[in-house]
Amino acid sequence: MEPLVKVEDIHTYYGKSHTLHGVSLEVGRGEVVGLLGRNGVGKSTTLKAIMGIVRPSQGDVLFEGRPITHLPTHRLARLGIGYVPEDRRVFRLLTVMENLRTGLDRHGVTDARKKQLLEKVYNYFPVLAERRNQAGGTLSGGEQQMLAIARAMMLEPKIVLLDEPTEGLMPRMVSQIRQIIDVLHREGAAILLVEQNVPLTLEASQRIYIMEKGVVRHHAVASELRVSDAVIHQYLGV
Amino acid sequence: MGIPLEQLLQAIPLEQLLIQTVNGIVTGMILALVASGLTLIFGIMDVVNFAHGELFMLGAYVGVITLAATGNFWVALIVATLTIALLGAAIYVTTLRPLLGRDPLTTILATFGISLVLQNYALWQFGPVARKIQEPFTGHFTLFYLDYPWYRLVIALLSAAIIGALWLFLKFGTYGIWIRATTQDRVMAQAMGIPVPSVLTVVFAIGAGLAAASGVLFGPLVGVNHAMGLDWVLKAFIVVVVGGMGNLGGSIAASIFIGLLESYASLWVSPAQAVIVSFVVLILTLLFRPTGLFVPTPK
Amino acid sequence: MSARRVVVYWTAFSVILALLIVAPLVLPEFWRRFLTEILIWGLLAMSSDILIGYVGMVSFGHSAFFGLGMYGAAAALLLVKPPDLWLAILYGLIAAAGVAAFVAYFATRLRDIYFAITTLIFSQIFYVIIFTWTEVTGGENGLTFSRPALAIPGLFSVPFTSETLHWFVLAVVTASYLALRRITQSPFGMVLQSIRENEARTRAIGYPIERYKIAAVMLSGLFAGLAGVLYAIQNRFAAPDFVFFLISGEVVIFNVIGGIGTLVGPIVGAAFFLLLREGFSRFFTEYYLIPVGLIFIAMVIFMPQGLLGFMRRWLNQ
Repeated sequence: MEPLVKVEDIHTYYGKSHTLHGVSLEVGRGEVVGLLGRNGVGKSTTLKAIMGIVRPSQGDVLFEGRPITHLPTHRLARLGIGYVPEDRRVFRLLTVMENLRTGLDRHGVTDARKKQLLEKVYNYFPVLAERRNQAGGTLSGGEQQMLAIARAMMLEPKIVLLDEPTEGLMPRMVSQIRQIIDVLHREGAAILLVEQNVPLTLEASQRIYIMEKGVVRHHAVASELRVSDAVIHQYLGV
Repeated sequence: MGIPLEQLLQAIPLEQLLIQTVNGIVTGMILALVASGLTLIFGIMDVVNFAHGELFMLGAYVGVITLAATGNFWVALIVATLTIALLGAAIYVTTLRPLLGRDPLTTILATFGISLVLQNYALWQFGPVARKIQEPFTGHFTLFYLDYPWYRLVIALLSAAIIGALWLFLKFGTYGIWIRATTQDRVMAQAMGIPVPSVLTVVFAIGAGLAAASGVLFGPLVGVNHAMGLDWVLKAFIVVVVGGMGNLGGSIAASIFIGLLESYASLWVSPAQAVIVSFVVLILTLLFRPTGLFVPTPK
Repeated sequence: MSARRVVVYWTAFSVILALLIVAPLVLPEFWRRFLTEILIWGLLAMSSDILIGYVGMVSFGHSAFFGLGMYGAAAALLLVKPPDLWLAILYGLIAAAGVAAFVAYFATRLRDIYFAITTLIFSQIFYVIIFTWTEVTGGENGLTFSRPALAIPGLFSVPFTSETLHWFVLAVVTASYLALRRITQSPFGMVLQSIRENEARTRAIGYPIERYKIAAVMLSGLFAGLAGVLYAIQNRFAAPDFVFFLISGEVVIFNVIGGIGTLVGPIVGAAFFLLLREGFSRFFTEYYLIPVGLIFIAMVIFMPQGLLGFMRRWLNQ
């Protein structure tokens, strides 16, 4: 069974700086895969490379077996890759409803289906239903995170790239995010989860990659890893 | 100037002041129409379109030709708007899109080059003699002691209507959301599947169309000639900066403001010198409220 | 600079200089004047390069410096009899310096596009003032005056011929180039360039950015004004057209075509543009600016580093 997303030895540069030195990983259909590592090792960059926001100078990204490395970002979104960036990036001047519509208003989606999707998301995130006519920028940090995820769900994605969803959130919200990841998983979406929160990631994921200095250094099945393990300490310890 | 203000104002009959107010609003509305295209373009792609005045000018010329061919002003208006919108799209795709990632200086230069080419093209095709667009209806009404042409009022109303339609388009409807989303965060708009490259092209075309419409509407008030764009480019820039770059509502308010200021100023100085007023407003704005006079102070 | 580079550079410099010195002796009158004009516009473009290429501030205000230099010289040549060359230069430089002081003030308060637009507006303010203040500036028609003699008071006085004027201009432009080159390669110049690279970091290191910017604008304005004086002397008239912002636009075009940050690039850019314009005007008679404009646009897209851009590092060190 070929993986949903396969990243093959990609290298990226930021100006003269060589940010990814040959990253390879894969995510299977419906799988939750965690990507761990300290700040600045290239986790976000890897997600951006998959999403076409950063172009690899070398290497390939494959989606359902086909190369997507040089496709424009908006095509990737239409193909079924959802992206929830670090710092959320909701459209601050658009209402919650309008934010959702950016993903909802697509070709080939019937009005009935749109209503369905909307209701589903409002069920999962009642706060968003309440604030549906409020501007995105007026929401709290946690609410914006929910909006960012809900917005990606409007695309009915096959895989969601989640970049540090719990960053800056209160513990109560963190557990809510944990639940949302489960929801996404149940909906059948694969997830590539970039996180600094190790326990959460180990709990939520099926497999883990650990990155250091622009490369993947370790790969393991999540259930075999403990927070206290030497490996974790080596790559993530303070 | 040792003359006290009251004495100055007393010297001007109230009626003249009121007429200048009306004039100011009329000019302001046209300016708003031109500026709205400019600010839309800047807001969504950070491009300072130096060639905007030439799109205005070419719109007027297309209006002249169509009017001569069909005898109908309104058809001329529509044809000019659509033609120049297409021209705008073509210019964007060939010249500006390749420059998107680069230093903003390059787009200023490129649009400056385009304005040179378009200006000289018009000079070549139409010659240096000014043409006239006949207004769709003559006829005056009495505004105080003047016979004020209906047409001027109609321009103001029509401009307001077009801007209103633009606002509605942006506020409701999927494409309006796409445009606003792209303006706010181009990368995330793409990540949501919005076809940003074509949205940018469409917005540039809309901006160009708006400029062309202003050109046709304003045509009957002045002569149509190849240099008419220069003046308007400057004024439109001032309006866009004073109103807050990328802020549609702000640029409309700023247009009226500047229109009125220059109108009042021309009570004392010649129109050629009245422009200095708007220059001074610009400089003051940049010094003290650089994000725009009509924008709430940013946090 | 490595020894070999030094030799190559100065050899090339001398060869070109020699050619320029000999040129008026072999060229017909029209081309002689044309060459002199290229040098003058080249000086103007070079002054603009200080801001655009070295500090990284795009200015559309050089027409103001140029024009004020021109009118300053005109004032000296009309008010003081007999017309004195050095007085003309002095008046022109003072006028240009006055405007430069204004612009310098804004340079420290505004960034990027806002600075560019403001300088453009400045040019227009002066344009309107000059255009409408007919009693003093001659308004639309400008001012005409006679050319001063090349004189050192007390020593000699020789009226300019076409050749000697050319050599005078060449001397001034060459001296300006050498001076500016010295300045841009000095520690002062290095700071300017680091402002262009990363203003925040330069400020953080402790440099008083504002003072450097002011100095750069004054420098740029003075040399631009000098170009204006030379133009006035060569052509014997001053007109508001030269203050119009389109002139500034052309200057920026010279800079970009020639290659910013090279000092000599803008001179080449001016030569290229003016020759192109001259050449096209023979074939296309009236609408030669269209192909010229198209070539410019193509260069902006495909050759943004300009004609000499590839030599930028070489020329600067």
